[in-house]
Amino acid sequence: MKPAPFEYHAPATLREAIDLLVSDPEATVIAGGQSLIPVLAFRLAAPSMLVDLRRVPGLGNIAVGESGVRLGARVRWRDIEHDRRLPTAHPLLREAVAHVAHYQIRNRGTVGGSLAHADPAAELPGIAVTCDAEITLVGAAGARNIRAGEFFTGPLSTVCQADEIITELRLPFWPADRRWAFQEFAQRQGDFALAGIALFYDRDRYGRVRDAHVGVIGACNRPQRLRKVETLLNGHPVDEDLIREAAAAAAQTIDPPEDLHAGAAYRRALVATLVERSLRAAAQPRGS
Amino acid sequence: MIGTNRYIGSPVERVEDLRFLRGRGEFVGDLRREGMLHAAILRSPSAHGRLRRIDTTAAYATPGVRAVITAAEIGAVPTIPLRLLPLPGTERFLQPIIAVDRVRYVGEPVAVVLADSAALAEDGVGAIALDIEELSPVADRRASGRHDILLFEESGTNLAMAFIAVSGDADAAFREAAYVRRECFQVQRYTALPMEPRGLLAEWDGAQGRMTVLGAAKVPFFNRDTLAAMLGLAPTHVDLIENDVGGGFGARGEFYPEDFLIPFAARHIGRPVRWIEDRREHLTAMNHAREADCEIEIACRQDGTILGLRGEVFIDLGAYVRTNGLIAPRTLAQFFSGPYRVPNMRITATALLTNKTPAGTYRAPGRYEASFFCERLIELAAGDLAIDSAEMRRRNLISAAEMPYKLPRLEPGGPMVDTECDSGDYGEALDRCLAEFDWAEKCKLQGQLIDGRYHGVAVACFIEGAGAGPKETARLELASDGTVAVYVGSAAVGQGLETVMAQIAADTLGIPLDRVRVFHGSTSYLEEGYGAFHSRSTILGGSAVFEGARALLEKVRAAAAARFGGSTEEIELVDDRARISDGRSVSFAELAADGLRVDTAFANNNKLTYAYGSAAAHVTVDPGTGRVELLDYLVVEDVGRIVNPLTLHGQAIGGVVQGLGGAFMENLVYDGNGQLLTGSLADYLIPTATDFPAIHAIALENHPSPSNPLGVKGAGEGAIIPVGGLIANAVAAALSSVGAEPNELPLSPPRVWRLANPS
Amino acid sequence: MRVMFQLNGKPVEVDVEPRMHLADCLRDELRQTGTHLGCEHGVCGACTVVVDGAAVRSCLMLAVQAEGCTVVTVEGLSTDDALTPLQTAFRKHHALQCGFCTPGMLTTAHALLTEEPDADADRIRAALSGNLCRCTGYIPIVEAVLEARAAYQKTDKP
Repeated sequence: MKPAPFEYHAPATLREAIDLLVSDPEATVIAGGQSLIPVLAFRLAAPSMLVDLRRVPGLGNIAVGESGVRLGARVRWRDIEHDRRLPTAHPLLREAVAHVAHYQIRNRGTVGGSLAHADPAAELPGIAVTCDAEITLVGAAGARNIRAGEFFTGPLSTVCQADEIITELRLPFWPADRRWAFQEFAQRQGDFALAGIALFYDRDRYGRVRDAHVGVIGACNRPQRLRKVETLLNGHPVDEDLIREAAAAAAQTIDPPEDLHAGAAYRRALVATLVERSLRAAAQPRGS
Repeated sequence: MIGTNRYIGSPVERVEDLRFLRGRGEFVGDLRREGMLHAAILRSPSAHGRLRRIDTTAAYATPGVRAVITAAEIGAVPTIPLRLLPLPGTERFLQPIIAVDRVRYVGEPVAVVLADSAALAEDGVGAIALDIEELSPVADRRASGRHDILLFEESGTNLAMAFIAVSGDADAAFREAAYVRRECFQVQRYTALPMEPRGLLAEWDGAQGRMTVLGAAKVPFFNRDTLAAMLGLAPTHVDLIENDVGGGFGARGEFYPEDFLIPFAARHIGRPVRWIEDRREHLTAMNHAREADCEIEIACRQDGTILGLRGEVFIDLGAYVRTNGLIAPRTLAQFFSGPYRVPNMRITATALLTNKTPAGTYRAPGRYEASFFCERLIELAAGDLAIDSAEMRRRNLISAAEMPYKLPRLEPGGPMVDTECDSGDYGEALDRCLAEFDWAEKCKLQGQLIDGRYHGVAVACFIEGAGAGPKETARLELASDGTVAVYVGSAAVGQGLETVMAQIAADTLGIPLDRVRVFHGSTSYLEEGYGAFHSRSTILGGSAVFEGARALLEKVRAAAAARFGGSTEEIELVDDRARISDGRSVSFAELAADGLRVDTAFANNNKLTYAYGSAAAHVTVDPGTGRVELLDYLVVEDVGRIVNPLTLHGQAIGGVVQGLGGAFMENLVYDGNGQLLTGSLADYLIPTATDFPAIHAIALENHPSPSNPLGVKGAGEGAIIPVGGLIANAVAAALSSVGAEPNELPLSPPRVWRLANPS
Repeated sequence: MRVMFQLNGKPVEVDVEPRMHLADCLRDELRQTGTHLGCEHGVCGACTVVVDGAAVRSCLMLAVQAEGCTVVTVEGLSTDDALTPLQTAFRKHHALQCGFCTPGMLTTAHALLTEEPDADADRIRAALSGNLCRCTGYIPIVEAVLEARAAYQKTDKP
């Protein structure tokens, strides 16, 4: 399974990388290659040129501050796992990344690569959408920022143009007393999720849910927030009745795909189970 | 045994490991030859069609492409003969080594591209244009059984073969029985999936008229003879060389189309040709296995004694009858009852052709499927009759007093129309299993919902018939440096052959293990050989080595007698020296100054050995997700005699985990157009390190086999046999409160969820 | 394209097509055939090598991406004819049968224990979950890696 032939460049600056993309509309960006290379091996795509970001400076940083967490596009899962600040600065991100693929993939796979590949069952796109993150794209016309909720348009499909490169993902600030959970179900460890739920909420002074964010992966054709579920939760204390209602609403509101691994009815039931378990886990202090 | 060695029975570390651990194994993909070209194969994208035209123009224009071979370049296209059970009628359904005017499955070879590199060959393949007139595919065995769309029109049928296994009078038994139950069960299509894909490196020596093929496995001698006939060469001018082999499990090593195409290509172009299969093509090209469904009835007395089994099994054989394609169907019928006493049986097994990759053998072919069907049905009967699962088995197991126990007669049966269980106490293994598993305690959890999980336990029993004949060959050569070279016709597929054979030779000869070197498989070593299948290597190959070693000792004795001028009776052999009564002695090495050699063969008249055992499992079921967790699994097997407990244990654990893959996750899924949807390892799921950490195996050697001098029984396939039925029964037990009946495999999360949530 | 990197402690230079992956480069250009190809789409782990200290799938890395890197393959785990403690443990526990997945298991375990010498059984299983084996059922592999941890413990130095 050898790829079709292509040219390869490893430019030294972002500008050069963009110029290369502009020069050849069939060119594709490569970073870790963990999602792209299998596609090339199956000859599902045959780009004429790969533009490797490995030498471009400034894309590999993790910044933690009052405005939140900023991940450069070339930050690897491994870097996130090793960063000592993140378990406190963004525990949901940290937990979700632990589920990504396998040990070897996590040593090379990148934030930007995952966002660009846009697999509907991938964890990071799900976290980005759930957290209302912002993605920066830089192309020939300059830089633009897109909200994660608008970035993904369908399975393996984003608003990224042929000449654009993802440079950064920004997750909003994470308050210390936030309640959260991440629950994913896959057949084997590291497989793509049949469904996954990322959720968090803050509480008002009566302990009721405030500003709930509930995101789903794997059970839809792109990661999305379950607004109906969020509305149901907001303003209420989390009790058994609310959990049941929320789970039922989640199952109803999604439009799950059918594939050879699972049908729609199962995915609905699975989402309900995961919402239920996530809410229970989130109700414990310090999340799941 | 003589001397002070005791290798047999010891957990000897394997000699093979030294090269594998250092990355110095020699698998066929590691080999190269000067001037070598690389082959890639164009495979049919269509499940069923008339092959109208192959346009290779663009392929020839692709850089690096040297040649393209199709049926036209081959001329008279041979078909692949059956190695086992070449019954009359099957010749109509044999596979041509390349598609001629018809394609019958996605993955069928259509053309071979030869190029300077594998990547360039693949480019060439992509440039070939095929004109195929699509025909409606026969998508499954039910469609096949209607015989309206035929894969082979001249034959008038899609029925490849039907077998029937009979004992007693099933109809009478059912008429008189107090209890009868009929059910349908299904096992999915899946595959052996060795970690090394296939590969071949062929070299043609035009001057000598010799063909050498590296990458052979399993049955090199049969394949050599087959290839020679196809190429119009004398067998002495064809050599199949076995290197290191990355797993076989029954699927690798049979004669496939590529086993002709690659050598033909080498001769055609006059340069060595190497072909390494990639995983995507492997999933459509390597033998599939197991897909079968049945409608079966059981008849019992009120006390659970089984009186009879009767019914029909249907096997989805794929598009052609493969070299060993009839083994699973015939075994399903004859071994349906496994280790249980069933005096009246009539089981038919009908093998039907469909437009899918052809099916062949995979570890315990037919026996895994039969065990699933039979154990499920027995469990349902036990439940209906309110008899404890273990007690139900105990009552019906063949007893030691009944040995040898005749299994049903099979028609058409070939060489094993009749077979009998040789020796053993099946109840003893069951009792040991239940005790070690703590069955009585675990049963208290049966069906309970604890912390949101349902608990279930089950037990199953099995026999493993092994050692198909006719024989195996060996040559032992004592060299003047005191080393012994053992050449054996058996093939190595990763099972530790080099070590096990060396243990047998070293113990029998009374010499240190490191003085023995084992050579296996290649046709260049011996004139004939038979290979590794049916877990026969230790039984037949090991016995050949044992008898060869004893014969070698006799030659040593005779040589010593001649040297000392005495008689052979006066010679004593101890610790690598031959000593005569007056005290003079000489080392084996000195006696072998001119080499001492023995050629031998061990034949068993197709008298099979029957290892046997029991297995138990404890599962939990999560009704919210359908996940089944295996908390504990134990298999106990009596193998007659243990040569290497380390490698034996490896076979058991490995076999169980393969069985669990089939029980839970492995599945080759086709759509209605005969397209394989599970086209990569991202979709075809096999167990990983995190899935099943709690597997235990115990080996017993209480009842040796009477049919070979070592007393060993084949032990490579037993552990996998009961897994499907056992897991299904454990899940059924867990979900008894909702009346779940898991009658289909695999028990994937969506399927289990549906069983747990029937509304 | 010309690529230069360190392989098992020595500098190497090759000239390869951009589309050649690191595994094929190691096997065919550099004649180190210990790294195996079981799938070529990043699932089976047989091709695992250690690049700049991290275990990676060499079929998911282009050879040209190895420019300037330090690469260790199974051949580089032992420097002389003796087996390393990890290899010895594999042999003792019969953690290999056909040997095809073994190089990937060894490099992955080596990378893991180098960074996490106290990894427990669950961690070891999780790290090895990306390495498929069809023969052993994994249990002896995990036992071998557990035993090998002793050799990776950091010694206290004054």
